[in-house]
Amino acid sequence: MKRTVPLREIASARTGDKGNVSCVSVWPYDPRHYEDIKASLTADRIAKAWPDLFRGPVERFEIPALHGLNFVIHDALEGGVNASLNLDFHGKSFSFLLLELPVEVSDF
Amino acid sequence: MAGQVVRIGAGAGFAGDRIDPARDLAERGNLDYLIFECLAERTLAYGHLQRAQDPARGYNPLLEKRLNAVLPACVANGTTIVTNMGVANPRAAAHVAIEAARRMGLRIRVAVVEGDDVTARISDATFLPEIGRTVGESGLRLVGANAYLGAEAILPALDAEPHLVITGRVADPSLFLAPLAHRYGWKLDDWATLGAGTAVGHLLECTTQVTGGYFADPPYKTVPNLAYVGFPLAEVDADGSAVITKLERTGGCVTDLTVKEQLLYEVHDPSAYLTPDVTADFSNVRIDDTGGDRVAVSGATGRARPERLKTIVGFDGGFLAEAEFSYAGPGAVQRARLAAEIVEERMRNVHGCDERIRLDLIGVNALHATAIRRPAETQDVRLRAAMRTGSRDMAQTLLSEVESLWVAGPAGGGGYRGSINASVTTQAVYVGRDSIETKMEVLQS
Repeated sequence: MKRTVPLREIASARTGDKGNVSCVSVWPYDPRHYEDIKASLTADRIAKAWPDLFRGPVERFEIPALHGLNFVIHDALEGGVNASLNLDFHGKSFSFLLLELPVEVSDF
Repeated sequence: MAGQVVRIGAGAGFAGDRIDPARDLAERGNLDYLIFECLAERTLAYGHLQRAQDPARGYNPLLEKRLNAVLPACVANGTTIVTNMGVANPRAAAHVAIEAARRMGLRIRVAVVEGDDVTARISDATFLPEIGRTVGESGLRLVGANAYLGAEAILPALDAEPHLVITGRVADPSLFLAPLAHRYGWKLDDWATLGAGTAVGHLLECTTQVTGGYFADPPYKTVPNLAYVGFPLAEVDADGSAVITKLERTGGCVTDLTVKEQLLYEVHDPSAYLTPDVTADFSNVRIDDTGGDRVAVSGATGRARPERLKTIVGFDGGFLAEAEFSYAGPGAVQRARLAAEIVEERMRNVHGCDERIRLDLIGVNALHATAIRRPAETQDVRLRAAMRTGSRDMAQTLLSEVESLWVAGPAGGGGYRGSINASVTTQAVYVGRDSIETKMEVLQS
């Protein structure tokens, strides 16, 4: 059985920034959800979800040893801390954009 | 003796970090080293601006307050302090430290590490790869440039057995790696061990981000006593494996998840985290939460260090003007939208402003405004106008236009605030190691 839930119900996330690049790591609370999240949260999906905000390519790094995913989002910070007019010029809140996304997970 | 560990704590993770948890660590942590990391990418360029105004300044403004809080305990307990609070003026910072120690009746030795400042090597011909132009072509006004030094630059200072090491730009994890390499005699080409030590430094360098800060998301993630979250310390073994923990009777928590989240914080490729010391590989790190706010971390490794050193070049970024105004009650969103239209209209057509102006409705669409529109039922909205400009006069004009909404805008608006701040922009360039000459000097109170 699969069901669809907001990512926030099954995973934690944290945002960091370097220049005009944002990175968001995603960590399932239960390692058994790792494969489902990996299948659901592709780099392509993140790149297409908010194209006005995340303007550059998105890379995804997998850390299977720790059951984590790391998204590196280029051209995500409106030019970076130096140029952005966004109140949140570090993009600290981006983790909660990802956590809103619906993901399909297996019951177990 | 066998089984002994090095105890290393983090006393600051950014320029304005809290001081009471650092004092607590200094007094109760039984630490060998206490590290204060206070330099974000742009902080140093602001330090250059301050130093240009006053040659005796340009170091961290909280330096003296921090030393007053921790120096007595550190001297009494034999804890060596390592910090980049020298910012753009490590020598001035050292003199401040010595004066502070004198006032407290302490005799201390301060080692100053210099050589990161490469401003003099930047010319109009310097190529800026991020924008694909030279400094001359960019038209930007140079403020200062600093290379990221590594542990190698700090080791001679530690050999002098000072109470305090003060540096300018040093890579954050290197501030932690240097004392570990010093104490354990790690070779500077023992990449695996340097990678392990770098992981420890990386986990500690943002203080509370590994002890429960930047983490709570109730009801999914709760953190006990977050208001009193403690700063972290690590008990580090000779092979670079460590236990990340915090003091008893502090708030916060150290768990496998706080450690995992921080392990990848600001990391791109987990198998290639670049520092001046090593290309660290975190991809096979083992994290073992043994309970009681103790998490064992091992398995980080590394490969040869990057050939060239990252250097941040700072430029004058003009002014950031920000002004805010509020509307509440029925129709608040519509009135705030009308106010935003008025500000935009008048800046363009009355004042001839062609700068980009951002107009947010806080409570409706601020942080994620360019990404999504959230359904807003709110009746309490704050208009925010923001603009960058080289002209202080135009910056002031934006503030005046928002302030004028009081009498000339929609009904019932209030709560004006406005600010103009000088800003800097930064560009990364990469320089050969042989062009950097670091030096160290010991001063005594």
